[in-house]
Amino acid sequence: MSGRREVWITGVGLLTCLGEGVEANWSHLQRGDPPPYDDKSFAPYIVHPLPPVNFDKQIPKKSDQRQMEQWQRIGVYAAGLALADAGIAGKPDLLDVTDMIVAAAGGERDVVADAAILTGMRKTAERGTFLNERLMSDLRPTLFLAQLPNLLAGNISIVHGVVGSSRTFLGEEAAGVDAVRIAQARIAAGQSELTLVGGAYHATRWDVLLVFEQSGVALKGAFAPVWDRGPQGGIALGNMGAFLVLESREHAQARGARARGRISSVASDRNKRQKGDIEATLLRQWNAIAGRIDRPQAAVISGAAGLQPATGAEHATLKEIGLPVRNTGTYIGHGVEAQFVANLGIATAVLEHGTLFAPAGTGDIGSSPADISQVLVTSVGNWRGEALALVERVV
Amino acid sequence: MAAATRDKQGRPVVAVTGIGVVTSLGVGKSDNWVKLTGGVSGIRRISRFPTEGLRTTIAGTVDDVYRDQMSPAELSERVALLAGEEAVAESGIGAKGRFPGPLYLAPPPLEIEWSDRIKMAEMAASTADTGYPDLMRVAREFAAKHGAFKFGIIGEHLAEHFGTEGSPVSLNTACASGATAIQLGMDAIRRGDCQAALAIGADASLTPESLVRFSLLSALSTQNDPPERASKPFSKNRDGFVLAEGAAALVLENLDHARARGARVLGILEGYGEKSDSFHRTRSSPDGKPIIASLRNALADAGVGPQDIDYINAHGTSTPENDKMEHLGVSTVFGESMRGIPISSNKSMIGHTLTAAGAVEAGFTLLTLQHQRVPPTINHAIPDPAITLDVVPNVARDAKLRRAMSNSFGFGGQNVCLVMALEPA
Repeated sequence: MSGRREVWITGVGLLTCLGEGVEANWSHLQRGDPPPYDDKSFAPYIVHPLPPVNFDKQIPKKSDQRQMEQWQRIGVYAAGLALADAGIAGKPDLLDVTDMIVAAAGGERDVVADAAILTGMRKTAERGTFLNERLMSDLRPTLFLAQLPNLLAGNISIVHGVVGSSRTFLGEEAAGVDAVRIAQARIAAGQSELTLVGGAYHATRWDVLLVFEQSGVALKGAFAPVWDRGPQGGIALGNMGAFLVLESREHAQARGARARGRISSVASDRNKRQKGDIEATLLRQWNAIAGRIDRPQAAVISGAAGLQPATGAEHATLKEIGLPVRNTGTYIGHGVEAQFVANLGIATAVLEHGTLFAPAGTGDIGSSPADISQVLVTSVGNWRGEALALVERVV
Repeated sequence: MAAATRDKQGRPVVAVTGIGVVTSLGVGKSDNWVKLTGGVSGIRRISRFPTEGLRTTIAGTVDDVYRDQMSPAELSERVALLAGEEAVAESGIGAKGRFPGPLYLAPPPLEIEWSDRIKMAEMAASTADTGYPDLMRVAREFAAKHGAFKFGIIGEHLAEHFGTEGSPVSLNTACASGATAIQLGMDAIRRGDCQAALAIGADASLTPESLVRFSLLSALSTQNDPPERASKPFSKNRDGFVLAEGAAALVLENLDHARARGARVLGILEGYGEKSDSFHRTRSSPDGKPIIASLRNALADAGVGPQDIDYINAHGTSTPENDKMEHLGVSTVFGESMRGIPISSNKSMIGHTLTAAGAVEAGFTLLTLQHQRVPPTINHAIPDPAITLDVVPNVARDAKLRRAMSNSFGFGGQNVCLVMALEPA
């Protein structure tokens, strides 16, 4: 849809295992230091924990913190960083018209309560009644509020006062992509001026590892870069909060906001995931924008998560496209619904500095152009959803 | 070619050309409509699992669809599919397995269920205490037999079945989800991104834990006997909602596109309004401002005033809090004229279908306009003197209706309001 309004990124909030804020993440990426990961707490599974976070900084009331589980604290924290970066934190007039699209997974479980019930159940004949009684006595009402997917958005409304509108998308990587795609489309078409979009993932817990182990996709054993995890591959989940403030150019300029980048296009699609489908979808998305790419100044931030055949298919396609590639998953792990937004945030740092960060693994190809002004960001979901976005420097 | 039809704000007009409904009253909208206007309740005693030890033992289950051992994901997908097929067939749009537009789905939030967790624990056969590491050990073996859990699975299956275009969007705005699915479709058609969209709300997720969760928040009615009398919105003795299952699908279509292919237009989605509430996780701001703003935003988006609304399909959950706040909201927005506007709650008969409710009730609102007949609020024996509304007590009523509003409010400060009308002559 050409002729539509420009959509600027005016705020980025990032919280990953590399630290908080875009610059902390950038300096680690640029150094190319090995990523922090934990292969002991959930052995043999590998996860990326967060460094210590002082949640008081973004969630001042302890009572609010107590009403949340960790995925919500991470998300509310990152959302606060994005609002502050955009210069709209604490400004009721702007927050009142700020729309919100959050990508969320299911909520957290109380694994201790679950385990106690499963253990007790072995000794009872009346399982149904036993389950009812234990659920009535063991479940905490506040936990339910942490299990409702839309309560990350709800907590952002309460803590930060974002109250324009609120929508939550569900369903792995594609939810994060579609959140950004629709936020971008709404602003481009004049349906919104200002939208907070993002997600959060709390990876360091058994109940999500169980979900990924059912599909046999959680990385175990030895850590390796995303591209080099063997024939089956594997996903190293990462704790992550990632939010962007998107804004129409007109609105941003009127209030003197700085553009960290412009989201020019977000394409997302699905296919049956038969052989060759991922490649065909990505290439179709690439061909739709290839004419707008200035090759000497363009690069790719890959969201590949390390699972095969998805990661291999993406790698093959990116080689064919021929632009320099860097993957973030090796460094920050995979934050599922939050990953794509985090990668857009990192793309703004690439635009800011004009260069790519250090390669890690065989799929990080090509040397960095000298002055990058266009970044393509990919998302190939671990079981569905392919996407390609274009973020450009605003001059 | 005739000039494109635009609304008052110059946007493409969004028509509805297909409606499908599944509730505890039955499968299909004709069966539902007969019972809904007949004042029939779909609330009954839970038979799907033992209810000993629970405070609430009733629900509005989709027993016509449920088969032994279906999981919430399977049952929700099934009701979504049935509603979708009815809507798409009525619309006559596209071809079989080729719906020419995107899917916006409001499914229940899914997770691994107790039945599966218990099966995994059995497979693990630990001799000491059972913990998550034991479940991890057998997770793949379990998945090989029963399938692996995936959050986006219902949307993916429906997208495949209906052949919708692009990435299927699954969303959740708690009890406003169904209305949000419709909004997303309206947005997309207004942007000109597509000519049609399939909006589905589906929720068939009754399990012991889902019941207990709401129970622990004191949100559910505990007046279990008789079940059909438990849901009594706007009554003085209302004591909570009744958890229920259901689904509805709406085919949304650019009005010109619908007319060009000779489709029957069932109604127009004229406007929507949203406003989030930052007061509390489960309670509305006591001044009602966010609810009031969502209603006013919907009227403004539709380009109409309070005097143009002939009927309100209430959120009307039958909780003390909701009905009080909804009364405050509509009284403030409509003022004195509210006395002349019928407002009824479908939930008095079908219970609260949670993530499906906004879609189910939008479907019923369109049927109300189409049939020029207002479904009642049943179980209205003891009116709440603090609520001075014409709730269409107990008996359906014929009325001349041109335009209606449907309200949806949810935990997490979600407020969505839709304005619908008959097709302009």
